[in-house]
Amino acid sequence: MTVVSVDPKSGGRLSRLAEVIREIASRPSGLIGLSLVTTHILLAIFSPFIVPYDYRAVSADIMFNAPSSDHWFGTDHLGRDVFTRTLLGGREALLVTGIATPVAVGWGGFIGILFGLVGGRIDEILMRIVDAFLSLPWILKMLVLIVTFGTGIEVLVPTLAFFYGIPVIRIARAATHDVVARDFVSSARARGHGRFSIIRRELLPNVLDVLMVEGAMRWSWMLLAFSSLSFLGFGVSPPTPDWGLMISDSRGFMSFAPWSLLAPVAALSSLIIGINLSADALAKSLGIDRAQKAPV
Amino acid sequence: MAEGNLFEIRNLSIGFTSRGGKTLPVLRNVGLTARKGETVGLVGESGSGKSTLALAAMGYLKRGLRVLDGTASFRGRNTFDLTAKELKEIRGGEMAMIPQNSGQSLTPTMRIGTQLREALHLHSNLPESAYHDRISELLSQVRLPDPETIIQRYPHELSGGQQQRAAISMALAGEAEALLLDEPTTGLDVTTQAHILELLRDLARETGTAMVYVSHDLGAIARVCDRVAVMYAGEIVLEGPARQVILAPAHPYAHGLLESIPKLSDTSLPKALEGRPPAPGAVGEGCSFVDRCALAREECQRVRPSLKRIDSGELIRCHFHEEVPKLAEAATAANVKLERKSHSRQTFLSLDQLSISYGKVGLLDQLLGRKPNFVPTVDNITIKVTKGETIGLVGESGSGKSTILKSIAGLLGPAGGAIEFDGEEALQAEVDKRPADHRRRIQLIFQNPDESLNPRHTVAEILAQPLRLYFDLKDRELTDRSIALLERVRLGPHYLNRLPNQLSGGEKQRIAIARAFAAEPDLVLCDEVTSALDVSVQAAVLKLLNTLKHEHDTTYIFVSHDLAVVRALSDRVAVLYQGRLCEFGPVAQVYSLPSHPYTEILLGAVLEPHPDAVPTLAADDVVELSPPARGCPFQRRCPRKVGTVCDTVEPPWQSDAEGHSIRCHISLNQLLAAQTNASGQRNDTPILAESAATP
Repeated sequence: MTVVSVDPKSGGRLSRLAEVIREIASRPSGLIGLSLVTTHILLAIFSPFIVPYDYRAVSADIMFNAPSSDHWFGTDHLGRDVFTRTLLGGREALLVTGIATPVAVGWGGFIGILFGLVGGRIDEILMRIVDAFLSLPWILKMLVLIVTFGTGIEVLVPTLAFFYGIPVIRIARAATHDVVARDFVSSARARGHGRFSIIRRELLPNVLDVLMVEGAMRWSWMLLAFSSLSFLGFGVSPPTPDWGLMISDSRGFMSFAPWSLLAPVAALSSLIIGINLSADALAKSLGIDRAQKAPV
Repeated sequence: MAEGNLFEIRNLSIGFTSRGGKTLPVLRNVGLTARKGETVGLVGESGSGKSTLALAAMGYLKRGLRVLDGTASFRGRNTFDLTAKELKEIRGGEMAMIPQNSGQSLTPTMRIGTQLREALHLHSNLPESAYHDRISELLSQVRLPDPETIIQRYPHELSGGQQQRAAISMALAGEAEALLLDEPTTGLDVTTQAHILELLRDLARETGTAMVYVSHDLGAIARVCDRVAVMYAGEIVLEGPARQVILAPAHPYAHGLLESIPKLSDTSLPKALEGRPPAPGAVGEGCSFVDRCALAREECQRVRPSLKRIDSGELIRCHFHEEVPKLAEAATAANVKLERKSHSRQTFLSLDQLSISYGKVGLLDQLLGRKPNFVPTVDNITIKVTKGETIGLVGESGSGKSTILKSIAGLLGPAGGAIEFDGEEALQAEVDKRPADHRRRIQLIFQNPDESLNPRHTVAEILAQPLRLYFDLKDRELTDRSIALLERVRLGPHYLNRLPNQLSGGEKQRIAIARAFAAEPDLVLCDEVTSALDVSVQAAVLKLLNTLKHEHDTTYIFVSHDLAVVRALSDRVAVLYQGRLCEFGPVAQVYSLPSHPYTEILLGAVLEPHPDAVPTLAADDVVELSPPARGCPFQRRCPRKVGTVCDTVEPPWQSDAEGHSIRCHISLNQLLAAQTNASGQRNDTPILAESAATP
């Protein structure tokens, strides 16, 4: 049955983004996810202006204070305000992953689409290299680089972007394979369009949905990875407030001062859950079955 | 309720609620009955509600649909009142459904025998020990050769026709009293289709099953059905005995639908039924067909015609049905004879001993320097095409028709031979290496516009691509040219902002055609361009292709599995089997005797929309997966096989004075004699022969 609905709309990029966001928000889980993520991003931007205390202010008098009206989330083992540090603790993580995620999806997506289009032996060889990379635990690979080059942002961003781009290659290649077999790509080839013109005009628009969902998922995994690195002491260095670091610092005092642990844990989890819910809603509204499309 | 009616649908309306909260009807006041032993056909264009009606008869509604009015009952029980459990018992047991694409409805991981066993377990009272015999019986009932082997097979090990047979045997397992067939032969080869239809006819006779046969193919309907109901925009507009509906359609829509079918016996272009059916809810107060009807008057706009019985016995929804015969006269008078210009004899495109192979040399073979010996998919194709000519390529699926087109387009490198273009030079195999001018002059149009148009691009963007690439057009010029192109394919400028999913099938194919003609090509390769379209739309697209060709003196290579379509458009026809040429020559000669035995079978299997048309089924519908290494490619299925010479020696080309060539060991005279004897007075209208042999 053909139900043709005709609503001529200008097909601009921005309106498409707005449409996608509206689609996500139209699902309850998506709306929750989106609000969580938005809240965290707004906090990351504005928290320096609203925090009640200096995050470095150490005081031996108020060590391990329970939550009170002065210190909403209590104080930690150095007497620092946990609320202040929790509010600020996501900034570094969001900054690093906020840059690294688009870079990872960008380069991984490009390579994946290119090799998906070219195919043949080169593609086979590349995929075996990708497999080899994926067979090693990511934490080991990253630790090697970070130990060698240091733990600054200028090392963390490229490292995360590199390692998290590799699985994207695989996703982008698989999605491209579905599209390349279709006649409009053959049609473009028969007309004599160049390889990059085909990638830009024919493939990318049809792979973009998958890449967007993939990007959202990579972002949440990357946040976890970043926090794990901090937890292990390879991320940001003290006294910069960071959730991973805070969890690491406070875990010894869990039994008598759980607030200093629970606050960063809740913050990190809510962000991850928010991203995951948004990604799920995004996938559903774009009609992508993540169970199928995410083999890695 | 009337005696003996298995299905009885009364005044049924089904609809859905739109996003705007309006109730849009998909079926409107439909009535249909089917008695035991009767086959009722439902015909109409896509979107006419025929499948919805068939499913409603089973008590099934697609998601979002609901009954607005009326009843559907099966053996006196209203199917919409039944509980899920009761329905489960009826379905598959008392009534069964055979879907369109049975390859997809069979479970891929289960052997055929196991699937049948399951069906028996659910729908019969047989003891477990009797299953095996019953399964063999069922499989022989659907004429599957060697049931014992088939039982062990997985669905993917069967051909399309065999899968369809297996699905039919499953439907028969519960000894259903009623069968619903939803386009059971669509997508199958002509020969396979003819076999399946004969099988269904026999089954109806043997078992006395009531059948509801849904199809857009009037040829199939004519062959199988006793009664036909023609549906349009969710209404039954005409219902009557199949013979009468097909020979003298009393409704203008049915008339138009029949006129739009290309016929083997007719060399003119079929007449298109312009326009498209209204979307659900878009039907006004008047007749639903008013916008496309040649007889429409003011009254038709205002008053919805009621379903009334006319003197000749049909039920019809039309105010002016008495005038329909006049339409027929007018149509005959206005018969557009296809103008066949005499072409310059200069060769424009030449395929010289072209062979194409899909086989790939494996890595190991490459390292060891071995060259495995493939039997090429397409071999030894030599065709010379003159400027402005249309060459038709026909054959069953797997005959290499599309492969040849892809090779000419440069998408698939040939393994041997050469393609010469415009007399000057051999074409580079790879499209990337061809000069830009060659790429522009050769354009390819694909079968399915859903696949060949990028779903993310607007029509403007789709048309802009060749215009930017070949002519470097920008801004104003680009838009002007795009609008001009749209006009050439009879579409308005407002289509520029639409996305492909906002267009109908015919409109999409027009856009694909416009995109090809944007390049101002000299050679257009048409790959089954109409097979994904409704017949009425097909006629319009054929007409458009013909007009464009005459405007630009374009050369076409037209690939189709439909012999009637090829006949309507082509100057010369090449018949392919397993990637080898069997017969080649001017269209009139190829479609008359003598024929290559393969052409004979193809022609015999074509179903004309005529109740007396009887297909000749000379060969099995087995599908061969690869051509034989030696001898005649058609040796394994040929009903006129001479002997071992066919297996070992490649048959010679035999030509007559008109340039008609047949590749066979039997001489032309002997072929002619044999074929004339076999089919009586079979000559110009081979299919309408009354005395043709039935299996």
